[in-house]
Amino acid sequence: MAGKYFGQPILRNEDAQLLSGKARFIDDIDLPGMLHAAFLRSDFAHARIKKIDYSAALKRSGVVAVYTAEDFGDFWRPGPLQVPPPTAIKGSVFNARTLVPIAKDKVRFSGEPLAVIIAESRYIAEDAFDDIIVEIEPLDAVNDLEKALEPGAPLVHEDLDSNLAADVVQERGNYEEARAKADVVISRKILVNRNAGAALENRGFVVEWEERSRQMTVWATTQAPIPLRNTIAARMGLFENQVRVITPFIGGGFGPKIMTSQADDVLLPWIAMKLKRPIKWIEDRRENFLATTSERDQVHYAEIALTKEGTILGVKDVFYHNTGAYDPYGMTVPLNTQTHTVSNYRVPNFYTQIKMVFTNQMVVTPVRGAGRPQGVFVMERLMDAAARELNMDPAEIRMKNLLIPDEFPLRTGIIGQDFVEGVLDSGNYKKNLEKTMEIVGYEKFRKEIQPKLRAEGKHVGIGIVTFTEGTAVGPYEGARVTIGANGKVNVATGISTQGQGHFTSFAQIVAEQVGIDVKDINVVTGDTAHFHWGAGTFASRGAAVAGSAIHNAAVKVREKIFSLASKIFEEPEENLEVGDGKVWVKSNPSQSMLLGDLALRANPTRGTIEPGVEPGLEATAYYGPPYGATGAGAVAMIVNLDPETMQVKVEHFVIVHDCGTAINPMILEGQVYGGISMGIGNAFYEKMVYDDNGQLLSASFMDYLMPQATDMPAKMELGHLVTTTPLNTLGIKGVGEAGAIPTPAAFVQAVEDALHGQVEIMESNLNPSRIFEYLQKKQ
Amino acid sequence: MDKFPITVNVNGVRYDRAVEPRLLLSDFLRHDLCLTGTHVGCEHGICGACTILFDGEPVRSCLIFAVQANGHDIRTVESLGSTENLHPLQEAFHEKHALQCGFCTPGFLMTLIPFLEKHPKPTEEEIREAIDGNICRCTGYENIIQAVKLASEKMPR
Ligand code: FES
Ligand code: FES
Repeated sequence: MAGKYFGQPILRNEDAQLLSGKARFIDDIDLPGMLHAAFLRSDFAHARIKKIDYSAALKRSGVVAVYTAEDFGDFWRPGPLQVPPPTAIKGSVFNARTLVPIAKDKVRFSGEPLAVIIAESRYIAEDAFDDIIVEIEPLDAVNDLEKALEPGAPLVHEDLDSNLAADVVQERGNYEEARAKADVVISRKILVNRNAGAALENRGFVVEWEERSRQMTVWATTQAPIPLRNTIAARMGLFENQVRVITPFIGGGFGPKIMTSQADDVLLPWIAMKLKRPIKWIEDRRENFLATTSERDQVHYAEIALTKEGTILGVKDVFYHNTGAYDPYGMTVPLNTQTHTVSNYRVPNFYTQIKMVFTNQMVVTPVRGAGRPQGVFVMERLMDAAARELNMDPAEIRMKNLLIPDEFPLRTGIIGQDFVEGVLDSGNYKKNLEKTMEIVGYEKFRKEIQPKLRAEGKHVGIGIVTFTEGTAVGPYEGARVTIGANGKVNVATGISTQGQGHFTSFAQIVAEQVGIDVKDINVVTGDTAHFHWGAGTFASRGAAVAGSAIHNAAVKVREKIFSLASKIFEEPEENLEVGDGKVWVKSNPSQSMLLGDLALRANPTRGTIEPGVEPGLEATAYYGPPYGATGAGAVAMIVNLDPETMQVKVEHFVIVHDCGTAINPMILEGQVYGGISMGIGNAFYEKMVYDDNGQLLSASFMDYLMPQATDMPAKMELGHLVTTTPLNTLGIKGVGEAGAIPTPAAFVQAVEDALHGQVEIMESNLNPSRIFEYLQKKQ
Repeated sequence: MDKFPITVNVNGVRYDRAVEPRLLLSDFLRHDLCLTGTHVGCEHGICGACTILFDGEPVRSCLIFAVQANGHDIRTVESLGSTENLHPLQEAFHEKHALQCGFCTPGFLMTLIPFLEKHPKPTEEEIREAIDGNICRCTGYENIIQAVKLASEKMPR
């Protein structure tokens, strides 16, 4: 449905500001009289707090105040359950132990705050760390997911009988019966390790309490400004309209910025009110690594049952999921794993069980991919093991089992992160795979290129996988579209933006309806003073859910333009046309009016109005889907492995994806590229490593390696397919996480192939020495 | 803590200030001079977001103290084009969608300015090497590489 604006690769409105260093990020905010906060964090992962003596810190010049849990009195309490578990899953167990703002009595992960220091500068606040004496009794740390559930394991939460955070079983069909009929049953243990979101900008929080107007203003790097505003208002006993949350430009989100971390969100507003001075806290990289959130850590015991022709009869997957020290984000991540394990293949019988485990590690919440890469990794590895066992080509076995369009909409029988049973709405999964094979030249590589290169002694391999991405989940978003007397448009919505190009793509949606150029459309995201209903930017839902709300509002404004102009021109609406910032009579274009002038006329200041007419060229609308839209795709990758160094170079990377209608193909491709780089990082560079004491050994960019320009594929190709979703008028599915989801599965398959299938690799985070270890073990 | 007087030339303007010897150059630029275009992503010299030109050479301002800049010439992203009148390199980033959140961008630009002066017609390999010390978490670098190619065509030689 490409139009003049919608669907076009329009260059971004926000670029000039960002490129010239004139965009305001959180740390650029400087308020008169502002104080600075620093958190003293625990070096121990699991310990009892005996005493914290900060008297010496208070004597340091420039230190204004120090607080520990005790100093907050009754104000101290565990934070909210940000995402409750779905009640629809019968028989499930969920033990909510939500994040506390600051450790009291006990420390449960390394990096948990012990004290907050407020000083005239950040330098001084950190100097005061040395003045604080913490008496602590270390306890054994819980790290291993399986041992954590054994009797006698140390307890992260001593009021629980075990470290079990949740136990959820979902089943469709009957796996055991299917297994009994199968020709082949393959079981594997599969590991996925922890990765960081690692947005380039760390988190930050600035709060000002203006006592005379009794208004609190908060600037935050949050992906969910409205829930944050609501939490702060509730905790501070204020009305929602006394708290304004503003998100400035945000330097990347990728999930962890959705989290209210309590230490900043709850404690700093309280302190700012007490001290009557603005306070700023900017997270540093070490804090970001230790104490924001991250995910992926799972141990799967998975099994696939097939006929000897390679038709899947059933899949069983029992997995341990690390939720870290607390579980404020409910079960979003492991539920996504459950829904994505079998979503693109025909699996009539599926048994899946989550055992969610508390450990003495940082809290787990979604990171780009959010449980989906794990599900896809497990399924794709099972498919590969099955292909090997049955002597089939990896592409062939996939093609055989992929769902076909006639089967949609397909109810999956598995309840997902949005609390409703999954429904696959649309898609053409086989075509995704076919097109991928075509672009990468699969047959030719297998039959001609690979044998030739192997004969030359090269270790080249190919990986090919498919995936789905459940996106665009509810509950809802809203938007207000207003044409001003200046003839320009203001669009306000409740979600926030971390680089996804909303300032342009949302403008394109509106431009298409009101005929005003994208450059003249100002989009405001993440400012509760401009729009104050909504949930936030997560689950690849911004473009589809907020975008649909914006579309609905823009359509209403368009209707208002026609209705008012029809009265003024005394012409029926169908004789009118809108475009280039004006409305005119088709048969007599000289009879026209600028939309800015029409906006003035829409707000009469004397006289009467007709009943039912609302003022202004303005409209507010909402959109909420019954369930999420599912995007899909396939990836192929050719790698070249150096047998000396075990370094793996991705020579050719192909992704074909289908996310329905594109609002802006340029921005969409950018999202896919970014996801791919995170996927490559997850597969070969990035790994959060905890030692037995619960110490994070990879808490800097020196230890946690992210892909650099030279690590990216020499050749990248993107293919697009479009099957529109019936779930929203625009036909949009989300895409933000697509690249990150299938990449580790394809990478591992390609590495195995490069090693002539000598080794089988059942873990998702490789590196040269790990590959070397596999080969050593083999010999 | 005692303060020391320094004189620094930043983007062609002379600043006389007194600073603590431990003050990072990045903090000095951002918070003392309010030149917030230079960003800080790691404060340990890896990400490259804080890259500035120090006597014409790209350096990481988070790894230098402000006192070390005494008597030196600094250029930050603010010395390139303005919002209304972008530098050709900035224009190329805009046209090739080489930025998403834009947090890393000033560091890339300041790395690339001297690079393109030295390599007016860089190969793709050279471009990858040139930006290898700058981390971008959003773009996957592909469009940045395309932008540098475009810039090399646009920039006067
Ligand atoms: S902030 Fe200086 S290199 Fe990262
Ligand atoms: S554009 Fe976000 S880090 Fe590069």
